[in-house]
Amino acid sequence: MPPGILTLAADKVTLSPANTGFMLICSALVMIMTPGLAFFYGGMVRVKSVLNMLMMSFISLGIVTILWVLYGFGLAFGTDKGGFIGWNGDFAGLAHIGLTELWGTSTIPVYVFAVFQLMFAVITPALISGALADRVKFTAWALFIALWVTVVYFPVAHWVWGEGGWLFELKVIDFAGGTAVHINAGAAALGVLLVVGKRIGFKKDPMRPHSLPLVMLGAGLLWFGWFGFNAGSWLGNDDGIGAVAFVNTQVATAAAMLGWLAYEKLRHGSFTTLGAASGAVAGLVAITPACGAVSPLGAIAVGVIAGVLCAMAVNLKYKFGYDDSLDVIGVHLVGGVVGSLLIGFFATGGVQSKAKGLFYGGGLDQLGRQAVGVVCVLLYSLVVSYVLAKAIDLVMGFRVGEDEEVAGIDQAAHAETAYDFAGAGGGTVGRKGPALGEALTKKVDA
Amino acid sequence: MKLITAVIKPHRLDEVKDALQAFGVHGLTLTEASGYGRQRGHTEVYRGAEYTVDLVPKIRVEVLVEDADAEELMDVVVKAARTGKIGDGKVWSIPVDDAVRVRTGERGPDAL
Repeated sequence: MPPGILTLAADKVTLSPANTGFMLICSALVMIMTPGLAFFYGGMVRVKSVLNMLMMSFISLGIVTILWVLYGFGLAFGTDKGGFIGWNGDFAGLAHIGLTELWGTSTIPVYVFAVFQLMFAVITPALISGALADRVKFTAWALFIALWVTVVYFPVAHWVWGEGGWLFELKVIDFAGGTAVHINAGAAALGVLLVVGKRIGFKKDPMRPHSLPLVMLGAGLLWFGWFGFNAGSWLGNDDGIGAVAFVNTQVATAAAMLGWLAYEKLRHGSFTTLGAASGAVAGLVAITPACGAVSPLGAIAVGVIAGVLCAMAVNLKYKFGYDDSLDVIGVHLVGGVVGSLLIGFFATGGVQSKAKGLFYGGGLDQLGRQAVGVVCVLLYSLVVSYVLAKAIDLVMGFRVGEDEEVAGIDQAAHAETAYDFAGAGGGTVGRKGPALGEALTKKVDA
Repeated sequence: MKLITAVIKPHRLDEVKDALQAFGVHGLTLTEASGYGRQRGHTEVYRGAEYTVDLVPKIRVEVLVEDADAEELMDVVVKAARTGKIGDGKVWSIPVDDAVRVRTGERGPDAL
């Protein structure tokens, strides 16, 4: 993100209709990532819990949107308080913002910036849900989202992108969310996992993805929406940097997909659909912090490295025995760390920031800054997420009952099933009156 | 009478049906089935996690025939179902005491 200044202090700037339109489209693109993620995750779970998986993402669109309007935008992007958090009463309820009031030195209205950032806040907790497939209470999850964005996401977004945020001041580069979104969500996934535990039958029962076409659909929507995520993060394209981010997003994603596929062909013998989708997402994650700092050739390197390392990382859960069901840690945490650190090697110094990476004569300086950002966000999110999950578990229990988990969480939590395979879904319920059998009997009697 | 049961690959069904018709069999019963033989299915890999899928889809064909035809009919089915590759299936026959045509009540060979 470019520096944001909190009031209409900037004198030279005027509202750009082109950038404003571009940013509204980008905001809509980022919005579609959350349903895309829902399908990406939903296809990977078993038939009996696909609706719950979809809902764990969808509910974020409801909860986080409201919290963002009420106080989230103020906390993340209000006037800095000690580098840790922001606040601006005018932002509360988005109540006192002028229609044409511009965001900092940008050329777009504050409203546009607020809604663009809202979409980031929505998808970040949804990312965590992949680690918790099949087994958590929907109410506990909803409560977790509300608490987590309040005490983890809003502050961390402020650290990284808010004027005066301590990582922002340290000049840690995070163009579009490598630390604030992906490391943050990945570390949180680990924290919650330690509380929630493994699925019944983990490593014993087959837990094959029930629909790889849904996974591909979701990955495709994510890839598409990610152009808004990354290319929009410069808040306009007056200087071409948004365009570089767009190109790098495409290039790194392609490279990561090929990297993941090559790895699994060598290691497991096949080019799999799930591997292609996962590799693409790993590339998107890794290029997110870096897409404004590297050249397209650098983006290829970032992509390939992320694709291979994430493919290797997803096997760790079997080694360590934790059930990160859909590999949030393996893809988002590892991908985010890889992308953030590679900025320290591949930053050209000629794009978003003048900071140069190791391979461009910049020494270890930027790498050190990136490492501080990675470690601090990782630890903060891990610890606070663990504490939040533990508290929820103590108060209301985070997991569904064993019988509900085995029978399928869709029925228990949502009173629905995703598919009607046999067309034998039962009789006429839900309306008062004689049951079907009763009516027939009467007719026969008459 | 004999009951001939054949478990075959789904894509050989048309050939088997044609061969049975050519032989003069009037009726048959089909069931979608799954199972495995010596080859034990196949392996699938999802993000590096290997799953052995040992129950593979099959079709079960059942035909009632007179004793005299049983031997030849088995040959006909085997010939039609064979691809020469692993997993082609199996055909067997068992004796049947009696049969009734539900519509008419005819019994034994007349019911076939």
